[in-house]
Amino acid sequence: MSDSSIVTGLHAEAHDPALLHHFAEPQQQRDAASLGMWVFLATEVMFFGGLFCAYLVYRLKYFGDFGAASKSINLTLGATNTVVLICSSLTVVLAVWAAQTARRTLLIGSLAITMLLGMVFLGIKAVEYKDKFEEHHVPGVSFSFDKVEIPGHPGQYANPSHAQLFFSLYFVMTGLHALHMIIGLGIFLWLLIMAWKGRFTPEYYTPVEIGGLYWHFVDIVWIYLFPLLYLIDRHP
Amino acid sequence: MSGHSKSSPLPTYVAVFFALLVGTGLTVFAASVDLGKYNAAVALTIASIKATLVALFFMHIKGASEKLTKLVVVAALFFLLLLLGLTMTDYATRLWS
Repeated sequence: MSDSSIVTGLHAEAHDPALLHHFAEPQQQRDAASLGMWVFLATEVMFFGGLFCAYLVYRLKYFGDFGAASKSINLTLGATNTVVLICSSLTVVLAVWAAQTARRTLLIGSLAITMLLGMVFLGIKAVEYKDKFEEHHVPGVSFSFDKVEIPGHPGQYANPSHAQLFFSLYFVMTGLHALHMIIGLGIFLWLLIMAWKGRFTPEYYTPVEIGGLYWHFVDIVWIYLFPLLYLIDRHP
Repeated sequence: MSGHSKSSPLPTYVAVFFALLVGTGLTVFAASVDLGKYNAAVALTIASIKATLVALFFMHIKGASEKLTKLVVVAALFFLLLLLGLTMTDYATRLWS
């Protein structure tokens, strides 16, 4: 009690309600929050890194089978999703900039469009998954990948169990990515509600900045997933 | 923090956005050309350039006021390379399997 009264006494003339008492200034508070987010993103790099590592090992071991399996995924849908995510990253930086410069309409609009693009991404992903289910390319008892030629090796067929490994990695990696997208949508819904209530000001927009960092990270993961899963051996 | 007093960051954001779109088109095109073993290298190079652009400009690594942030990014990349690199020193040299 006595501490807080001293602090209040010191800053009596200009107390910023958005500034927590253990920070000296708003900039320090923002830096601390973003540093914390970056540490979390570093753990996410290791989280996805394990999957990328497993992918690397088996791709080098069964390159031909991975190429054949990769060719069966719909490239148009994958490329469209890449563009959708890049557009959403642009609307996220617009949202952060709008919060910094107190543009409420732009902030709310950018957050809403980001969410819309995120849902488009998940919708396209669902269509892609549906195709895989219908083609029996989902690992499990009904998996089938018979008589599929290895790209560049006419008359040579891919080993179904090696192709199944590719599809396991495909579903786990894109599935984990999609889970991150769903969590991102939840975060952005919360940001949208807070922005609607007018909680963000040029002095305090940390949640927008931090939520943006998360969204961009998920975008970066997809930037690697797209060529690695969809473009292994596409040339004629 | 691309500060308040500086000029608007919007032109940079739009330029990065178009660079990312071009990179996506380029990586799809490069995959349709037979480059032999260099296909993977080209795809990963383009992906890394795109990821770097996102991190530097969209995630405000360039111009971050806190140097510790940059250290965390470098540390994350270092441990990722350690994970991939040391795993490959094992698998890539298993001549018996």
